[in-house]
Amino acid sequence: MLPTLRVGTRKGLFTFTRTAPGQWQADESVDFLAEPVSMLLRDPRDGYLYAALNLGHFGVKLHRRTPANDWEEIQAPKFPSQEDKDGPTLELLWELVPGGTDQPGKLWAGTIPGGLFVSEDRGNSWTLNESLWNRPEREQWFGGGYDQPGIHSICVHPKDSQNIRLAISCGGVWESVDGGEQWNLIGEGMRAAYMPPEQADALESQDPHRMVSCPSAPEKLWIQHHNGIFHSDNGGRQWQEITTAAPSNFGFAVAVHPNDPDKAWFIPAVKDESRVPVDSKLVVMQTTDGGKSFHSQDNGLPDCPSYDLVYRHSLDIDSSGSILAFGSTTGNLWVSEDEGDQWQCISNYLPPIYVVKLD
Amino acid sequence: MATFHFTANLKKHLSCPTLEVRAGTVADGLAAIFNENPKLKSYILDDQDRLRKHVAVFLDGVMIKDRVHLTDTIGADADVHVIQALSGG
Repeated sequence: MLPTLRVGTRKGLFTFTRTAPGQWQADESVDFLAEPVSMLLRDPRDGYLYAALNLGHFGVKLHRRTPANDWEEIQAPKFPSQEDKDGPTLELLWELVPGGTDQPGKLWAGTIPGGLFVSEDRGNSWTLNESLWNRPEREQWFGGGYDQPGIHSICVHPKDSQNIRLAISCGGVWESVDGGEQWNLIGEGMRAAYMPPEQADALESQDPHRMVSCPSAPEKLWIQHHNGIFHSDNGGRQWQEITTAAPSNFGFAVAVHPNDPDKAWFIPAVKDESRVPVDSKLVVMQTTDGGKSFHSQDNGLPDCPSYDLVYRHSLDIDSSGSILAFGSTTGNLWVSEDEGDQWQCISNYLPPIYVVKLD
Repeated sequence: MATFHFTANLKKHLSCPTLEVRAGTVADGLAAIFNENPKLKSYILDDQDRLRKHVAVFLDGVMIKDRVHLTDTIGADADVHVIQALSGG
């Protein structure tokens, strides 16, 4: 299969195919045109495609496309009904990942409000993970950018599908070693400067904007946090703050090389109250030494002032580690085929971009 | 029989023709319609079966009062309009 770049935006799902080195061709048709696409997944185990829509007035919808058929609407995750009708309702499907290779058809979904849902049947039905939902610490979670907290990052260990880590804005980092039966709040070392001083180290108050683990070394993780960049060598139990990032340690997105856990990319903005590139100059920051140093990659990025912000799911890397892609809220889309040394603009005219996926 | 009309904005997502149903309340009428058209339910009601925040129901031109339990009473020849709130962007 040719490398494919899928881009979920405020107004539809756009698809680009790499027809030759440096050549990315847009599909003539746009899926879900004019509808907000909040999350995408192509399940590598069976080739099924999933697209989560946030229809606003009419709620969150989930669509699936099998290799043989067109899109069909399937059941979206749903919070259990309460008799007094005072319970939660799904606001956004914010993360969607496959289970392990030994769990065909199993999917995990993270949502706003902070629900973790599991499907055993390729999204035909979903169950709320009550074990996490009922943890008393959830009362301390709060919204980060949205009115309610949300689960945006789920990392399933590639060699042990019972081992799952997830990150919540704002609710910290959680780990299960038994397939989601029980959850442990982990994440020592992260720091929340936005909290009152006595709460800054509270694990359940952390705002990891995005967490990724290296597929070939899954104990090594990176977080782009509201408060900076953090790295873990032990599965997320302890984190080390990385203070060497320049021009800024604030941002949303992070990607890690699939075969080199010390190599990671970030897209910085000034800071939380000024969400634009530093000096209006869009750059990608790369580290190749586990965060000891960073350098800016801007070949092919705008020379003129730009105001692009890249959301947490809008930076991705392919399974070879050579192709990266990112898209911005300004609707610009870039691709690199050499680990970020050179960037190529694929489009300047997309709607605001929510999610970018390479496969 | 009460007549239920649905906003045209729904029709790009799924079929929801105007229907006549015999019902005592808005909840009864919608339940009968959802029984025939199960997918429509999640477009109108949220996870707790409340009216979605940005959906409105008008009963003979008057917005219903009970958005949670949908207990507003329907007259024999009522016109019920299910519409969406307007928004920008």
